[in-house]
Amino acid sequence: MINIYQIAYKNLLRKRTRSILTIIGISLSTWVLLSLLGFNQGYEKSLNKDIDNMGYQVLLTAKGCPYEAATLMLKGGTGLKYMDQNIAKNLGNNPAINKLTPMVMQAVFDPNKGENGGTSAYLGVDPATYPKMKSFLEFSNGKWFTNPDAYEAVLGYEAAELEQREVGDILLIPEKNIELKVVGILKRTGTQDDGTIFVPIKAIQKIFDVQNKLTAVGIQVNKNYDVSKLEDQLYKLPDVQVVSMAQVKSTISTLVATAKVMVFSIAIIAILIAMVGVINTILMSVFERFQEIGILKSMGAMRGDIFRLIWMETVILCLLGGILGSTIAFLLSKATEVLIRNILPYSPTGSLIQINWQLTFSTIGIILLIGILSGIYPAWRAASIRPIEAIRSEVE
Amino acid sequence: MENQKKVLLEAIDLHKTYHRGSEEIHAVDGISLSIQEGEFVAFIGPSGSGKTTLINLIGCLDNPTSGSLKVNGRNIIGDGKDMSENELTRIRRENYGYIFQKFYLIPTLTVKENIMLPFAFYKKQGMEKNLNKLVTELGIDQRLNHLPSQLSGGEMQRVAIARALINEPVILLADEPTGNLDTRRSAEIGEILLDLNRRQGITIILVTHNPLLAEIADRIVELKDGQIYNGPDSCLPSKGCA
Repeated sequence: MINIYQIAYKNLLRKRTRSILTIIGISLSTWVLLSLLGFNQGYEKSLNKDIDNMGYQVLLTAKGCPYEAATLMLKGGTGLKYMDQNIAKNLGNNPAINKLTPMVMQAVFDPNKGENGGTSAYLGVDPATYPKMKSFLEFSNGKWFTNPDAYEAVLGYEAAELEQREVGDILLIPEKNIELKVVGILKRTGTQDDGTIFVPIKAIQKIFDVQNKLTAVGIQVNKNYDVSKLEDQLYKLPDVQVVSMAQVKSTISTLVATAKVMVFSIAIIAILIAMVGVINTILMSVFERFQEIGILKSMGAMRGDIFRLIWMETVILCLLGGILGSTIAFLLSKATEVLIRNILPYSPTGSLIQINWQLTFSTIGIILLIGILSGIYPAWRAASIRPIEAIRSEVE
Repeated sequence: MENQKKVLLEAIDLHKTYHRGSEEIHAVDGISLSIQEGEFVAFIGPSGSGKTTLINLIGCLDNPTSGSLKVNGRNIIGDGKDMSENELTRIRRENYGYIFQKFYLIPTLTVKENIMLPFAFYKKQGMEKNLNKLVTELGIDQRLNHLPSQLSGGEMQRVAIARALINEPVILLADEPTGNLDTRRSAEIGEILLDLNRRQGITIILVTHNPLLAEIADRIVELKDGQIYNGPDSCLPSKGCA
């Protein structure tokens, strides 16, 4: 027994090429849409992961340029100014703070680095608190420092490759002519830690003669406390500035938002073009079948039956296009990611495009909705064909 | 006509007027007629005489401008009261079958699917049984799984006839059913129509240009300028013209 769905499906087979081209059009816009939604989700997640991997949500630095501070947080640049070490000690009693770790960043010019020399940066960290805060750091070889003021170094994965050092080797600090012993090399993390040379904080303070001074304090906030309230408290401290994750995130998000708006506009245009394509295809097939639809009505099809029939044809086209487009988006997500990475001002280290089932179903849902909307006009046109007109057009 | 037969279809003073620009066209201009159950009536007349318009009115495919129509004892259309399209469709489902000059078979559907097409839109008891009976009678029982493109013209029209009869209508309307067929196939279709009328008592209303086909009818009604014509130069085949 034949039903209305089979008729709709078989009608689409009549002009195969046209149906296939329409499906390709829909699948391309589905691909763009799903990749974008996947990017939207992936970028956010990767950015959050990058920032969460810092181990601290608030960074306290000496007063200076806020952009320098932001760079310090993300890329590990140099802090030019110092704050008193007591600030960190006094903060220890604050109930909002879970953990804190003092840091001193120092950089020296190394004439042997690269062709024209380069900067070597050292991060002085507290062996008692820093490893706990960054518990996700793993060693490929060796371990943390033997004692808090030892002349030792732990190298990030990339730093070790750049300096070509292994555990047990000696690392020379230029200008100061002081030798550090490499005691550990970290595994790759995909974050700024990969390029860092970690040194015990007391050793750094001594070598560079900045006793009792800090460049930054990383603060991990207690889960139950409001980060913004703590920030307000910290702002009251003299000569420090507060860089919070929220600020960093929003700075990057603002940069990325512009790119997003552009790409979403392209997606909307792609969808509109696909929609017009669908309407055109179905409308053409309705006009071609003008008499046939009249005959269907003469043999007992109601307005609603014809409406459903034509609507169903649109929905089938969009559903097939949606499924095909999602498959393409899945298969090509890596390639799309490379493309997007080249466009963006800043890309986090994780996977940029994250397509999951939920997102796929929502995209197919959107495409289906577009099909349902696009189908209304052609279906209405078809339903309005009067049997008498179709038959008369045959006679005349 | 035997008197005990009941009147199946009664049209009183049907008018259908079209407007083409400022011009008024009286396609059907005051036709009254009654057709009895089991009768085979042929409408003939030149192009533009209103044959097709008339058959569309009595076939409930269109509302008349004025006049009334009774089908199967039911008052379908009265003066000034138009039926909605869906109401007309419901009446057609129950009472009418249609065949046309073009066969209008859907090329991607098999013969069986084409015949059962009306039931994609509504259901009726005993459909499969009726299908087997019809295709055997029409000699297309071996063609059920073929596509229309694999059939001859005569076979296609038989499929169209089967489709028109699948809902067991009381009236079969045939508008130029042999217009696309050669003489031999036309004669075959004529025989089929006659057989349906004689053996199964289906009332048949035929519109044709073909005088030979018209001759098999019980009654021939000639139309001219939207009216029934009985003048001296009437061109009924029995009078030896055509």
